[in-house]
Amino acid sequence: MQSAFDQVTHNLLTQRQLGVNALQQALQQLYTGAIDFADIYLQSSVNESWVLEDGIVKDGSFHIESGLGVRAIHGEKTGFAYADDISPQALQHAAAAARGIAAAGSHGRLNAWQTPLATQRYEAVNPLQSLNEVAKIDLLRELDAYARSLDSRVVEVIASISGSYDEILVAATDGVLATDIRPLVRLNCTVLVEHNGKRERGSAGGGARVGYSYFITDLRWQEYAKEAVRQALVNLEARPAPAGTMPVVLGSGWPGVLLHEAVGHGLEGDFNRKGASAYAGKVGQMVASEHCTIVDDGTINDRRGSLTVDDEGTPAGYNVLIEKGRLVGYMQDKLNARLMGVAATGNGRRESYAQLPMPRMTNTYMLAGEHNPADIIKSVKKGIYAPHFAGGQVDITSGKFVFSASEAYLIEDGKITAPIKGATLIGNGPEAMCQVSMVGNDLALDAGVGVCGKDGQSVPVGVGQPTLKLDALTVGGTA
Amino acid sequence: MTPDMQQLRQEMHDVEQAVAEAVAFAKKLGSSAVECAISRSRGINVGTRLGEVETVEFNQDGALGITLYRGQQKGSSSTTDLTPAAIRAAVEKANDIARFTSPDPYAGLAPAELMAEHIADLELCHPADQSAEFALEQALACERHALGLDPRIVNSDGASYSSHVGYRVYGNSHGFLAGYLQSRHSLSCSLIAKSGDAMQRDYSYTVARKREQLWSPEQVAQQAVAATLARLDARKLATAHVPVIFRADVANSLFGHLVGAISGGNLYRKSSFLLDHLGKQVLPSWLTIRELPHLPGALASSPFDQEGVATIERDIITDGVLQTYLTTSYSARKLGLQPTGHAGGIHTWQVSDSGVNLAQMCREMGSGLLVTELMGQGVNLLTGDYSRGAAGFWIENGEIQFPVEEITIAGNLKQMLATIVAVGNDVDLRHGVRTGSVWVDSLRLAGV
Repeated sequence: MQSAFDQVTHNLLTQRQLGVNALQQALQQLYTGAIDFADIYLQSSVNESWVLEDGIVKDGSFHIESGLGVRAIHGEKTGFAYADDISPQALQHAAAAARGIAAAGSHGRLNAWQTPLATQRYEAVNPLQSLNEVAKIDLLRELDAYARSLDSRVVEVIASISGSYDEILVAATDGVLATDIRPLVRLNCTVLVEHNGKRERGSAGGGARVGYSYFITDLRWQEYAKEAVRQALVNLEARPAPAGTMPVVLGSGWPGVLLHEAVGHGLEGDFNRKGASAYAGKVGQMVASEHCTIVDDGTINDRRGSLTVDDEGTPAGYNVLIEKGRLVGYMQDKLNARLMGVAATGNGRRESYAQLPMPRMTNTYMLAGEHNPADIIKSVKKGIYAPHFAGGQVDITSGKFVFSASEAYLIEDGKITAPIKGATLIGNGPEAMCQVSMVGNDLALDAGVGVCGKDGQSVPVGVGQPTLKLDALTVGGTA
Repeated sequence: MTPDMQQLRQEMHDVEQAVAEAVAFAKKLGSSAVECAISRSRGINVGTRLGEVETVEFNQDGALGITLYRGQQKGSSSTTDLTPAAIRAAVEKANDIARFTSPDPYAGLAPAELMAEHIADLELCHPADQSAEFALEQALACERHALGLDPRIVNSDGASYSSHVGYRVYGNSHGFLAGYLQSRHSLSCSLIAKSGDAMQRDYSYTVARKREQLWSPEQVAQQAVAATLARLDARKLATAHVPVIFRADVANSLFGHLVGAISGGNLYRKSSFLLDHLGKQVLPSWLTIRELPHLPGALASSPFDQEGVATIERDIITDGVLQTYLTTSYSARKLGLQPTGHAGGIHTWQVSDSGVNLAQMCREMGSGLLVTELMGQGVNLLTGDYSRGAAGFWIENGEIQFPVEEITIAGNLKQMLATIVAVGNDVDLRHGVRTGSVWVDSLRLAGV
């Protein structure tokens, strides 16, 4: 069997009249005395999606994309150009444009090629070929029928399945020559329920860096349907949410969106190098309660946010960000690591060849604590319990973050009582994390649906956490 | 380094040929109907920070999308590789997909008789200097000015300038084939101010199809400085019911939710709080919204939509009454209506104002909240439930008293829209929805 490295170099170089030598020549030309670092990123990706609605698979789509990006760095300056084809001419043009940021000078010496020793975090499968078209469509049909069979109040089902297959190659002046093959699949189910003239929606899904059979083994697709229907029915009964500041218990798993927004973005290296983050200059200080240990971990096998190597060829890492409340370190790409005098952490990511890499999260989660989740609920006299969220946003400079509950309940006298409507929760990252007073022993990661946006670039990520209690958070209800 | 219009036209003409060939190839493969679009753009995007060059990006993007039908079965594909071989491969892929999808009685192109006939020149393309030198000069001048205006501005998140030109071509098997050139230039500046230990960041930007219509670098700098400083020493508020004015630059989001609620896709899915509201009062009777798709040089102008349907100047809301849903050919067929030229979104909306400026509105309101920033996605278009993070200013005795942050505002969109008290004449021209500030009767504010 061909190694992944051989396969990628064949597809991205040999087949396009390029070789490792051509990359070396282009880098050598870029690497003048005024350039500190340069890299070339080649990518070829395909993705597909199939959508079911009204009981039929109405639409299928397929997208193919390939290109190369050349980056040259001088101090804090970055020159960048890309082309949507991979060819010797495109490489020449992009390299010439990228080096335009720095004056000409004597040529630097390239390091010898070195392929990073990275543990493969997922298999080099092409999900699109892991199931034939008929089977993909049958899966959506079965999902539709199953969701409708779960409750007579289900009036509509929208189901979609999508997969992507990405081959990347990065070559840099520091000698890194790395390749990666990245599969990613996703299955989603949205249901609309109607009862006594009232309508609500529920949505669930999951995914991973694997083939489509992931959804079929263990009947995961059925779990998504059950979860979507359950959520929709809960929301049908929801009453207005309370307004004001109160204790909030967050469920395990996906509510880790809290960490992504309240902590994660603020710990990305670029914002801290620039002093633009609420966490800037705080390494070694307490920035969360002692119950909080938060990591960014790109090394978990097959996870949506995992990477064998990042988009700069650095192997993904298990990086402790906050340990027992104390800030340990930031997430770094090569540019920011170099400027801050630390090591790159395997967090240099880019949406595609047409965008510059930045420090980005992989799978961000809080480690388990010691409390039984039931005891955490019991400790709240009046507050809310939120096991599911729609998403969030953060202003990394002021530290203000929001996230929107899509499923929540009142807690009254230590008991979960009525479901309440979705509401936005708002807080300040460092302050909110200091409000974490109890952490459950039930760490869970999300089902594999996270998408993170930054500067217009989207990348797949994971989040997770145990059940946890914040003593005071502002809940934006209407009651 | 200014792109040449003649050359752009020639390129677009070549791309029209490529679209025509893709359509012809799809028909040869047995498609009963087909549509294809190619858009391309090129330009520069530069960033500066603290007086230094940070990034110089040369952009060059292109994509082709094709949708074809085998009877009522649909397949789509897209590619960024626009070589003839790659385009043929994309057509074949779409054709393969259409063998597997189910027949959908509502699938198909928009009706031939609705295709745009006369493609007017809407003056959407005004190329400008795309040299790195010029772009950097703009960004550096803006940031330099900003950093010198006030000592409380302690840091910068950078200034950026971008300039792009390109074109969009669409063709289908009705024989429709047309394209238009477009340009877009923008300048922005993001700053950080400090008071005690607390930092605040804000920004300002200007965007236009004509570079001459951009605000000057100094004006962008001044606006960014003013916005950033105004946030310092913000407080939280106590939970209460309060009247709220959404400043013009965030008020367009309210009408954005209206767009979602009257969009055919949400209506046929019965996922809108304005289901069955055609011809009904949804806004106050003094409020009218007119769509102006052919406004020369406007950012949201377009002679035809993404299905080739001619865009039409029309009232969306007349005296508060909903005049039309916004449909694509698919949602129109599902709803038993005609397509309205909204495949791909709305064109410029002009919201009528009450003839008052923002200061007058604040005075009339007396006390309440002026919202200048909204955060998060807490909007449920199915129920109209609205709950978002907010920041802005507390108004007392008709005047701004102090900045506020870390609060939420909540209500129901249906009621919010119906109880708009006034719309200011401080119209923000940077958005597709041209509206002034919007005063909403009462919302639930959650704070301490």
